[in-house]
Amino acid sequence: MTLAPKFVVSIGGAVILLAKAVLYFPHVVVNRDARRDLFRQLYATGIRTLPVVTVVSLFMGMILALQVGLELARFNQETYLGAAVMLTLLREMAAFCCGICLAACVGSAIAAELGTMKVNDEIDALVIMGIPPARFLVAPRILALVAMAPVVAFYSAMLGTIGGGVVGATQLNVDFSQYMSSALWMATDKDLYVGLLKSCVFGLLIGTISASEGLGTSLGATGVGKSTQRAVIVSFLAILISGYIVTRLFY
Amino acid sequence: MNAIEFIGVTKRFGGKTVLDGLTFSVAKGEIFVIVGPSGTGKSVALKHIVGLIEPDAGEVKTASPRIGYLFQSGALLAWMTIADNVALPLRETTRMKEDEIGAKVSDALAAVGLSDAADKYPSEISGGMQKRAGLARAIVRETDIVLYDEPTSGLDPVTSLSITNLIAEVNAKRGITSVVVTHDLASALKIASRIMLLKDGKAVVCETPAGFVASKNPYAAEYVAASKGEKA
Repeated sequence: MTLAPKFVVSIGGAVILLAKAVLYFPHVVVNRDARRDLFRQLYATGIRTLPVVTVVSLFMGMILALQVGLELARFNQETYLGAAVMLTLLREMAAFCCGICLAACVGSAIAAELGTMKVNDEIDALVIMGIPPARFLVAPRILALVAMAPVVAFYSAMLGTIGGGVVGATQLNVDFSQYMSSALWMATDKDLYVGLLKSCVFGLLIGTISASEGLGTSLGATGVGKSTQRAVIVSFLAILISGYIVTRLFY
Repeated sequence: MNAIEFIGVTKRFGGKTVLDGLTFSVAKGEIFVIVGPSGTGKSVALKHIVGLIEPDAGEVKTASPRIGYLFQSGALLAWMTIADNVALPLRETTRMKEDEIGAKVSDALAAVGLSDAADKYPSEISGGMQKRAGLARAIVRETDIVLYDEPTSGLDPVTSLSITNLIAEVNAKRGITSVVVTHDLASALKIASRIMLLKDGKAVVCETPAGFVASKNPYAAEYVAASKGEKA
């Protein structure tokens, strides 16, 4: 099989897996055991990524404020620093950076876990027992990512804004309260909703790609490594491309 | 009807023919053992029975859809206790109440001698115990057929013997049909109703243990001698 048909087959497989998983979402919410697993995945997706997201978001806001603030200062427009940082974070950067963090932390873990289960025959064992992996393993993971990605992205946007405010106050002579009022004055509901929608799309893509790569693992430990690597790379690309598409659709 | 029937089953992976028109049947209640060198299609044949692999040609028939499978590794889920692993097929595929499930799990664990390990995790028990747990999970749904993929591989002789005896015991007590894929000819001779020797995806010999050992087929004779550490 040439590279192009392989790629098409791989996308087709991922879409079918996503469709199956989506059909099982109600089961995950209603069934007691599945719900317990969902909470475990929510914890892994949200709480465990918080340390990384905290550091990334703070510094992202600080860098943004420094770069934008220095340029605004050239035109004596520092008062708009809060608006510039907040809008950039809400519309784009918070969702994007959280997507990258989730792909690296959670997506890689999903691909590695399912890949190891595949090479250890655990996936085949589930199939033989009549338990669809899409229901038992994939649906809770995708659902957790879709649910937690916007929460993490919102947290990231707020933290980044605060980081930017600290830089503004300490290095650019922009009063923090002035910075915050500028930020809140300029940001609209649409900015918030589009950013959150974007992070939901990223969560869906990361979960689907990582699960699909994990379940497609073969060739033992080497295969697990390759699946994990592919899951992260393809997720990064999907985040970039879908991020542009969502932005284009709403702005 | 037989419990399992293979009718001219052929399977190819890439350019390699792994099963080549394989035909055999397993009677209900039998312990049918498949032996042969690595790469001759033993595990592939087993996976055809549960539908994990579809044949390129030929047909596989089973008398019952209730089939348990003991994988070489045990294939237990690492994040669940042994009891939860055994209960998994009942929780996920039936509407049984927890107390009913609990009773069935206790029964299955007692049948494989693992009652004391119910609350342990797979990483906390030995390889032999993991295989026992895998067997408990395979029989907990009251399966009619149990398939064993290399049940004694990687185990010490004492544990191997206990697993071999367990297969015979479970087969007799529960009246199930067993198909065992193994390299361990000593175990096969001890418990098998019939032994089939595979070579290049074809059945070379399919005989009772006594008939297998006495087989005049040169390859079977060589296999038996090699298993004893002798030269044919």
